[in-house]
Amino acid sequence: MIIYGVALLSACLILGMLIGEALGVALGVQANVGGVGIAMLFLVLSSNSDKFKALVEGASGTGIQFWSAMYIPIVVAMAARQNVVAAFEGGMLAVVAGVAAVLVSFALVPVISKIGNSDTSSQESQ
Amino acid sequence: MEILETVFVRNSLVVAFAVVGLTIWISYFLANKLTKGRIHGSAIAIALGLLAAYFGGKATGGSAGVADITLLGGIGLMGGGMMRDFAIVATAFGVKLSELKKAGLAGVVSIFAGVIVSFVVGAVVAVLYGYTDPVAVTTIGAGAVTYIVGPVTGSALGADSDIIALSVAAGLIKSILVMIGTPLVAKTIGLNNPQSAMVFGGLMGTTSGVAAGLAATDPKLVPYGAMTATFYTGVGCLLGPSILFFIVNAIL
Repeated sequence: MIIYGVALLSACLILGMLIGEALGVALGVQANVGGVGIAMLFLVLSSNSDKFKALVEGASGTGIQFWSAMYIPIVVAMAARQNVVAAFEGGMLAVVAGVAAVLVSFALVPVISKIGNSDTSSQESQ
Repeated sequence: MEILETVFVRNSLVVAFAVVGLTIWISYFLANKLTKGRIHGSAIAIALGLLAAYFGGKATGGSAGVADITLLGGIGLMGGGMMRDFAIVATAFGVKLSELKKAGLAGVVSIFAGVIVSFVVGAVVAVLYGYTDPVAVTTIGAGAVTYIVGPVTGSALGADSDIIALSVAAGLIKSILVMIGTPLVAKTIGLNNPQSAMVFGGLMGTTSGVAAGLAATDPKLVPYGAMTATFYTGVGCLLGPSILFFIVNAIL
């Protein structure tokens, strides 16, 4: 049943969001801390576990795959509802700050990726 | 005309599916014919979406781009936070736990490095533009983290509303640039495997930007980048009004 997969996906998201919200309250932050990331972990764990086989295999699995495939269209809709006008009306300071933050962050991707690689290789040598 | 509006408004989400589907079809057509597949179809679709959002915002004066146009209101629901998060979580289906573990440490490092680096860059730019008030500098720096961290930090510190608006604008520019720029720099920064995607998500942090940027680069990388990016805003909201503000306050 397709709905079983969709229901599992929904349960993962709701559970993750609840934990993220609770984490935010516990830390005194006005934001959801990692709710989506935690939900993704739940889905990874349940789709790798034998206990949930009935919910992720066959037709049930296609219920999850459908939403995964809808991801790009949803992102296109998301782009179409951004406040692009406000972004450009913020003036040069906003543009410079935003652009500079992105460029520096881009440059750091290979640097920090290396930390990870050297770490895993040292673990392997141990 | 009235009939058209009635039907479109009553079936807004369905209209959105059709409009987005058509947009993607045109984008892939352009990608194959004009660029011979060099530019990913979804990159063109996202750019078209942003362009439409600009004109939608100009035409209506609203803050939700195309979604403020009555006939296209369903775009707001389809592209809203609920559907976005639902689809992002679904992309994790099929992800291997071992890949996540491999990049675990680098992923955590990248979140903190990303928040701090973006904040420092934003704060330095604010100082260069002549701001000396620690609250204003911190708020603008937080805006360079994400457009959510900016206003959260600003309102916690009691910043003026024009400074908060500025911080939102900085965050939006960042988000848009990540959407468009990621496929262009992907090769140069080695963004072609799950590990670097996790680091990328942690460094950039803007969920919308990372979600769209990776979709336009390689959809297989999306879950890894999204996983770390969703922790970024929370960490930013945690550090912004506290430690980062204290540091700025001590320096200025």
